[in-house]
Amino acid sequence: MSDYHATVAPGEFDEEHAVDEALAERHAHPSDATYVLIALGLAVLTAIEVGVYYLKSDHLTIVVLLLLMWFKFLVVVGYFMHLRFDSPIFRWLFFGGLITAVIVYSLVLLMFGVFHF
Amino acid sequence: MADIALPASQSHDHADAHHATSTGVSNEKLAMWAFLGSECMLFGALIATYVLYRHRAVVGPTPHSLYDILFTSVSSFVLLMSSLSMALAVAAIQRGEDRRMRVWLCTTAVLGSIFIGGQIYEFTSFIRRGMTIRTNVTSGAFYVLTGFHGVHVTLGILMLLSLVSMSIRGKIHQGRAEVVEIAGLYWHFVDIVWIIIFTVVYLIP
Repeated sequence: MSDYHATVAPGEFDEEHAVDEALAERHAHPSDATYVLIALGLAVLTAIEVGVYYLKSDHLTIVVLLLLMWFKFLVVVGYFMHLRFDSPIFRWLFFGGLITAVIVYSLVLLMFGVFHF
Repeated sequence: MADIALPASQSHDHADAHHATSTGVSNEKLAMWAFLGSECMLFGALIATYVLYRHRAVVGPTPHSLYDILFTSVSSFVLLMSSLSMALAVAAIQRGEDRRMRVWLCTTAVLGSIFIGGQIYEFTSFIRRGMTIRTNVTSGAFYVLTGFHGVHVTLGILMLLSLVSMSIRGKIHQGRAEVVEIAGLYWHFVDIVWIIIFTVVYLIP
């Protein structure tokens, strides 16, 4: 995509390049079988989460649950939402909002003394 | 935003390359990603509010004392599977399989409805056991967060049913696959928000 912007003047449109890009993007998307495998993996991870919940509750459990949550989040965003294969602009927009939210609300919770170190 | 004429053999397959934009990507998709980025702020606020108030209830039952984790786990599984059917719907329309896309969209809507049914059952059960939105600050934060998510799922279901209706009328085809993809982005976002809610609200003690 960056080559395209480098070689085509503003206002012009390189038809062949756009078609090639669309083709490449489509071919990069996972197959139906891959989607099914990913969903099965996510289901297994959910089962593990519930298992961890029933095991015991301590700080390690919380860390494991948060890591599993983050991994599931990234898999859905990366594969089902195609962010892994799409333009980096989408990544910047989405993770910009997400990271801003995490920073802002973590500071709020820190201010209210929710986290104990 | 100038229209271009694609070669006849490729025009149907690559309709999303029809418009030149200053960013080089589809404006509609860009708008949806920007919207989802802003939704992170909305749900971030609701989740942070719940985390802040989760141990501050002084009267009445708290959500943690009433949770049925196995029931909610099944609901989470149903919503995860709806993401799979949504991804399959997008893949189907990109291949030009309109009928298969409608089947997967209807499957997604049904799974979403089962999830909403489960949420209504859970809310009803909590209210019967004495935890309403006004019982304490924890219950208030819980109902607002999960209720907002439920409204998002409901809007998603309406969006899916509209797509099915448009497809039956011939308004959605391979050349407009991006419309389904954008609706899919919204649906998957609702799923990832639930992934966070399930862990932070239900599983973390």
